[in-house]
Amino acid sequence: MRQMMKGNEAIAEAAVQAGCRYFFGYPITPQNEIPEYMSARLPEVGGAFLQAESEVSAINMVFGAASTGARVMTSSSSPGISLKQEGISYIVGAELPCVIVNMVRGGPGLGSIQPAQSDYYQATRGGGHGDYRMIVYAPASIQEAVELTQKAFDSADRYRNPVMILGDGCIGQMMEPVSMPEYKKPDDLGEKTWAATGYHPGCGRERNIINSLYIEPDRCEQHNLDLQAKYDAMKEREVMAKEEMAEDADIIVVAYGTTARIALTAVRKAREQGIKAGLIRPITVWPFPEKEIAAAAQRCKAFLTVEMSLGQMVDDVRLAVNGCRPVEFFGRTGGMIPGVSEIYDRILKIKEGL
Amino acid sequence: MAEYKKPDSLILPLASYCPGCTHGIIHRLVAEAIDELGIADHTIGIAPVGCAVFAYNYFNVDMLQAAHGRAPAVATGAKRANPGNIVFTYQGDGDLASIGAAEIVHAAARGENITVIFVNNAIYGMTGGQMAPTSLIGQKTTTSPLGRSVERNGNPIRVSEMLSSLTGPAYIERVSVHDVKHIIAAGKAIKKAFRNQVEGKGFSLVEVLSTCSTNWGMTPMEALKWLEENMIPYYPLGVYKEV
Repeated sequence: MRQMMKGNEAIAEAAVQAGCRYFFGYPITPQNEIPEYMSARLPEVGGAFLQAESEVSAINMVFGAASTGARVMTSSSSPGISLKQEGISYIVGAELPCVIVNMVRGGPGLGSIQPAQSDYYQATRGGGHGDYRMIVYAPASIQEAVELTQKAFDSADRYRNPVMILGDGCIGQMMEPVSMPEYKKPDDLGEKTWAATGYHPGCGRERNIINSLYIEPDRCEQHNLDLQAKYDAMKEREVMAKEEMAEDADIIVVAYGTTARIALTAVRKAREQGIKAGLIRPITVWPFPEKEIAAAAQRCKAFLTVEMSLGQMVDDVRLAVNGCRPVEFFGRTGGMIPGVSEIYDRILKIKEGL
Repeated sequence: MAEYKKPDSLILPLASYCPGCTHGIIHRLVAEAIDELGIADHTIGIAPVGCAVFAYNYFNVDMLQAAHGRAPAVATGAKRANPGNIVFTYQGDGDLASIGAAEIVHAAARGENITVIFVNNAIYGMTGGQMAPTSLIGQKTTTSPLGRSVERNGNPIRVSEMLSSLTGPAYIERVSVHDVKHIIAAGKAIKKAFRNQVEGKGFSLVEVLSTCSTNWGMTPMEALKWLEENMIPYYPLGVYKEV
C-alpha cells in the first residue's frame, strides 16, 4: 500500500519495521520528526524512546543499548552529528552495530537549517578520532530512504559497525508516496553471541567485554588491521550506485541525494538538446563507487560533480578519475539548492569546451 | 565466623593499581555485594576512563568500557534495552564530577534504575596527578602547583550534596574506606545501592572517599590519615538521600 509520508517519519517507521526498538536522540532541526515519531511508536512495540540531555549522551546511550544486542538508532543534524563523533568513534572501536541518521543542514557552526551536503567529508572519512570508516547510504527519494534504512540495520549487524544514513533537509522534510517494504531479516545474520547479556561460569561462553581500549600498541595495531579487513569487505561488497544515460555519455554528472534528482533533470534537458550527458549517482558515498567512475572515465570526455557544498565529493571523483579526464565542479552551499538551469548551463559550458 | 575468601565476582590480581591504593578495597566491596545478592549472572558493569579503566578485567561479569564521563549514559542505554539486567557504573571524580557532570546529573534526575559507585580521591590518578573538580582548597597537584585556590579554580564540588537536591535519586550516601569500621559501613552502603536496583527503587549512588598515595606524594598510611583529617571535614559522611 502506497501512502504519502514525510521523509523523517518514513525513515522512523522503516526502522521500527526492521526491528529497531530503541531510540536515543536530542532535538535539532530538520530531523525532529524522527524522535517525535519514535516517542509515540516505540512504546507501542515494546521498545523505548528517550530524549537525552545532549547528543553526546544520546550516542552513548546508543552504545549501551547496542552492547546488549538490541537494534538501536539515533538521528540528528550536522551540529548534533559533530557532537556524536566521540561516541561514534567508540562504537566503531568496540565493534557495535547501530544506525545513525544525519539530515544535513548548512554549516559551519550553527549555519542554517536548510538542506546541505557539507558533512560529506565528516561522514565518509570517519568523522571522529582514529582510523575508521562506516557504510554511508545517501538516499535520493523517500522510498529509497525507507529501503536503505532497513538495509542499514542489516549492514550494521553484519559488520558490527555503525551505518549512517546521510540525508539532507529535503529528504527529511518532503512528502512522497511510499510503500513500506515487508522487512525480512537476512539468513546470514545469526545470534549476537558477543553481546553483554549476563555471564556466569558454565553459561557456555567467555565473559563478553565491550571495549575499544587496547593499551599495548601491537594489539591496537592488530585491532585496526582487523577493522580494516571489515572495511575492505565493505568496499568489495557494499558499493551501490545508479547510472542514468551514462553508457554513451560524453559528459557525466556525478551527484548524490537530493542534488542527483535535480541533476538528472538537467541531464535530460541536455539530452533533449542533443548533448550526450549522463548521470552517476553514488548511493553509498562510502564505500565510494570508484570502479564505476573509473570505468566511465574510459568512455566519456568530462565529468561534472554537483553538490550542495563547495566541493567535497569531487575529491573522490577526482581520485577515481585519476587525472585521465577533466573533472569540473559546481555547488551551492549554506542551505541553497542548485537549480536545474544552473546545472544545465555548466553542462553546456563543458560541451562547448570539448 | 564466615570464611574470608575472594568473592566470586572479583578477578585477581588487580594488577593495574598502585600499591596502597584503596580501589582494591572498593572493588572487593562491589564484588561482595554482587555475590551476596546473587545477581552476577545478569549484572552488567561499566568501566570509566581513569584509574579504573581496566575494571572490566576485575569484575567477573559482562562489562562495557565507556568514553570518559559517559558511563551513566551508557548505563542508561543498557538498562533501557534490557531492564532485567543489573547495571552499575564505577567512576572516579574526574570522570563523574568533571567531564561527565551532565551525564550523571541527568541520569540522577531521570531516576534511572542503575547503581553508581563514585570513587572520590580528589585527584586525577591515571594521567599523573592533575587537579580534579574535587581537589581541596590548597591541595597541590601537577596543574595546581601552588595549591588549589578559590580565585583561580573555584571551590571543590560536593557531588552527593548536589545530586541530593534532585527529586530523581532514590539513595545517595557518602562513605569512606580509611579504616576497617568505615570499610564495613561502605560495604553495607554499596550492597544497599545494588539491592535498591534489584527492588526497582531507582537511582542509587555511593560516593566513596578514597586515597591516591602515589599522586598525593604520601605513604599509604599517611594517605589514609590525610583522607580522614582533610577530606571528611569538607566531604561529610552520611546518607544524603533516601526515598
